Amino acid sequence: MKRIEAVNDFVIKFANVNGTGSASANNMFAKAVFRMGLPVSPKNIFPSNIQGLPTWYEVRVSEKGYLGRRGGIDMMVGMNAQSMAKDIQEVESGGYFFYDSSKPLDLRMMRNDIHFIGVPLKDLCQREFSDARQQQLFRNVIYVGALAALLDIEFDVLTDLVSDQFRGKEKLITPNVRALELGYHYASEHYSCPLGIRLERRDAVGDQILIDGNTAAGLGAIYGGATVAAWYPITPSTSVVDGFDKYCKRLRIDPGSGNKNYAIVQAEDELAAIGMVIGASWNGARAFTATSGPGISLMSEFLGLAYFAEIPTVLIDVQRAGPSTGMPTRTQQSDILACAYASHGDTKHVLLFPATPRECFEMTAEAFDLAESLQTPVIMLTDLDLGMNDTMSPPLIWDDKREYQRGKVFTEAQLEAMSERFGRYLDIDDDGIPYRTYPGTHPSKGAFFTRGTSRDEYAVYTEDGDAYEKNMQRLLKKWDTAKQRVPAPELIKAGQGSSIGVIHFGTSRDATLEAIDSLKAEGVAIDTLRLRGFPFNKTVDAFIEEHDTVFLVEQNRDAQMRTLLVNECLISPRQLIPILNYNGTPITAKQIRGEILTAVRSDNVRPLRKQRAAKESV
Amino acid sequence: MTYIRPAFRHPDLPRNALGFTRKDYEGAISTLCAGCGHDSISAAIVQACFELALPPHKVAKLSGIGCSSKTPTYFLGNSHGFNSVHGRMPSVATGANLANRELIYIGVSGDGDTASIGMGQFTHVVRRNLNMMYVVENNGCYGLTKGQDSATADIGSASKKGEPNYFEPIDLASVALQLGATFVARSFSGDRAQLVPLVKAAISHRGFAFIDVISPCVTFNNNPKSTKGYEHVREHLAATGTVDFVPFKEEISADYEQGQSKEVTLHDGSVVHLHKADPELDITSRRSALRLIKDYKAKDQILTGLLYMDEDSQDLHEILGTSKTPLRDLGAAELCPGRKVLDKLNESWR
Repeated sequence: MKRIEAVNDFVIKFANVNGTGSASANNMFAKAVFRMGLPVSPKNIFPSNIQGLPTWYEVRVSEKGYLGRRGGIDMMVGMNAQSMAKDIQEVESGGYFFYDSSKPLDLRMMRNDIHFIGVPLKDLCQREFSDARQQQLFRNVIYVGALAALLDIEFDVLTDLVSDQFRGKEKLITPNVRALELGYHYASEHYSCPLGIRLERRDAVGDQILIDGNTAAGLGAIYGGATVAAWYPITPSTSVVDGFDKYCKRLRIDPGSGNKNYAIVQAEDELAAIGMVIGASWNGARAFTATSGPGISLMSEFLGLAYFAEIPTVLIDVQRAGPSTGMPTRTQQSDILACAYASHGDTKHVLLFPATPRECFEMTAEAFDLAESLQTPVIMLTDLDLGMNDTMSPPLIWDDKREYQRGKVFTEAQLEAMSERFGRYLDIDDDGIPYRTYPGTHPSKGAFFTRGTSRDEYAVYTEDGDAYEKNMQRLLKKWDTAKQRVPAPELIKAGQGSSIGVIHFGTSRDATLEAIDSLKAEGVAIDTLRLRGFPFNKTVDAFIEEHDTVFLVEQNRDAQMRTLLVNECLISPRQLIPILNYNGTPITAKQIRGEILTAVRSDNVRPLRKQRAAKESV
Repeated sequence: MTYIRPAFRHPDLPRNALGFTRKDYEGAISTLCAGCGHDSISAAIVQACFELALPPHKVAKLSGIGCSSKTPTYFLGNSHGFNSVHGRMPSVATGANLANRELIYIGVSGDGDTASIGMGQFTHVVRRNLNMMYVVENNGCYGLTKGQDSATADIGSASKKGEPNYFEPIDLASVALQLGATFVARSFSGDRAQLVPLVKAAISHRGFAFIDVISPCVTFNNNPKSTKGYEHVREHLAATGTVDFVPFKEEISADYEQGQSKEVTLHDGSVVHLHKADPELDITSRRSALRLIKDYKAKDQILTGLLYMDEDSQDLHEILGTSKTPLRDLGAAELCPGRKVLDKLNESWR
């Protein structure tokens, strides 16, 4: 029988029942791979449920450093009877299916083109541990031990991980190591180890870290100087505020008094959460909230107020599959239009698109500078894939010389020295950005009335059409200023003047770059442009203009980013060929590669190329 | 209606401890209907702030949407104001207060803004005991959209359109009492003698201070069949007693009847004297207040005055344990842990 053979390049998927403690064992497996110096990319595919439903953990090992989903499963650890028939079907021919052989497998599920590896996890556990809960939990640890033998994981790496995990709870170290040994010995004695797929230590991760994007964002808010966080629990954004809370408790307690240099309020709903952020920002604190799609819908009214009244607002949207409640625990990039134009009337908002945990950290910190400099909402659009999965990333960095950009705020001394009347919405610097004052600054100067109704340059209510129009025009001027301030796109040239370009953003990055790499090997050279912020600056227009064929990779049904590009860059929709994935799991390199190849080789694209050739010959 | 306010100031106008005149606490000219109860409330707020000698710029005024929510423009012109979105003033006030605990927060809302669209946020700001004064200018109708019934309209009460209300009214003072408000009062816009000291006490109270002020809508809800019109309210008023507010260190000179007065000392040392008209009232007991509101209602009377006070409560900042320095005044030195700490954290993710 064929056997998949691969060193440091395979996909292993764990099929578990949620609520059985499998998550920490699976994390231990991924971290062990990482500590062997190998790039690893674990993806948690979990249900909107607490106990009893199928959950999967897909781990890709790639010495070359490809972190996107590859597609296809080389080995399945099938721990869930409910999903087993389907799980077995999913394994690539020549692959491996690991199962608990305490009970025989249903013969109807057997395949003769894959290798079945049974380890009697339940029996081993019952013999070793008396406590029922332990019997359940350690089953997971035993399979990690067995995998260590089957895949050649260094056993010391695992025991070190156990020690790290249970620091302070030393009593738990011995039984965990014992469970690892049980699995390891059983597999070594009963199977020829290692299997065709296996690991070898390398030095391929350098100084990188393994962290989820939400934790990095929460920490970014701390470094960015946020003092107020108001939020309402919603998957998959909850861990942003959890991360903020966790590290605030370590880093933001005043050593003298024990008081908190921050405030976290769990609001009654998303409307209140963003209302609190706006109130705090209006009053001079750096404040933020985190939410997901349904929260964006609820926050839209307030976002319009913040846009129109020009109040800095930082919002982190960890996107999930919509519409409505959609698939709450599955990933998508489908809030782009809802965020870009959130609220009624003419509104548009600054967006940021991080692709790595480092960017989640940096962009969160930067969002505060941008929001205060521009006096407007800034929404960072990440997603469940990046937010909740441990992702390999360059380390987080901070420049101690960096200063917070608090924007145009008149101080008491500046107000005191002022002879003219303070005008909250006067465009003094001709960049569309007016000056503001914090409440309580000066006894007799600088007070103004903030409102969502139309007003003149002195913040006085008016329904005068000219004054209204002038203000709306100034907001557009500010929008132009924003184009120079948001993070520039990342351009990667193939090198030889390629006529094909691919635009992508956020978590589509890893799969896109892998697809481009593999196409390059086949002689198809492609330039890429990664969008990092909205409004788009001229680089984006130029990229579309310079390439005959431009693909746009995104993870939603309606090609929302294409709509935004068409709308904002005044291009024809035909100039952009969407590559779309919206099944709730992260996009794969396989899909992107396939769709690009099909399109490039089909007749659809040729006329454009000929056109260009014709132009050049003239 | 007046459009211009004369700039002339009499040199002998009385000044408060800070040297300000009452005019320094006024705002823009009201654009509400002539005779609107809300304007009397604005005047009471002006008077109270003047008498308390508050530095005007240390006050922040917040509101939602509606006639009542327009009024912060008409008082304290030297204070920052925020006219937010409909029913959402409590959340904006919460955020503002978290950012700077040192300012005085005055929230003005209406019965539509609070008891309907904003009911959710109202209940939660009460629960959090946010340090602010929250005034509802309660006229039982939606004035700005021409007089539809609001959720505080009494059963059977009819506005100008003549159609009686069929639905159970929400009594905001009772709701506030049940949810833990630490200062609850009810008043009438036409009773300035009662309202001014109540406002002064509410502003000085640490924690959530709620005043439900019945404030007739002269245009849409001041007809004989309305229970929120001037005539009906005047005829059915009953008061818990009269209230004196004595600021910190001021000598108490009034003469009180034994057994009929109650003193409460506020956290800043000021004293509230309640001269009780109803000996049943115990202003330190929520149950007493809730029962009396019901008892008077059963007699078809509206009980006004101070209903409840708790001076030993913790406000949101104390509950959260936030820094004594306003959060907005903290700088990078206190807020940013710096590179070395980050390097260490990176190590924990390897």
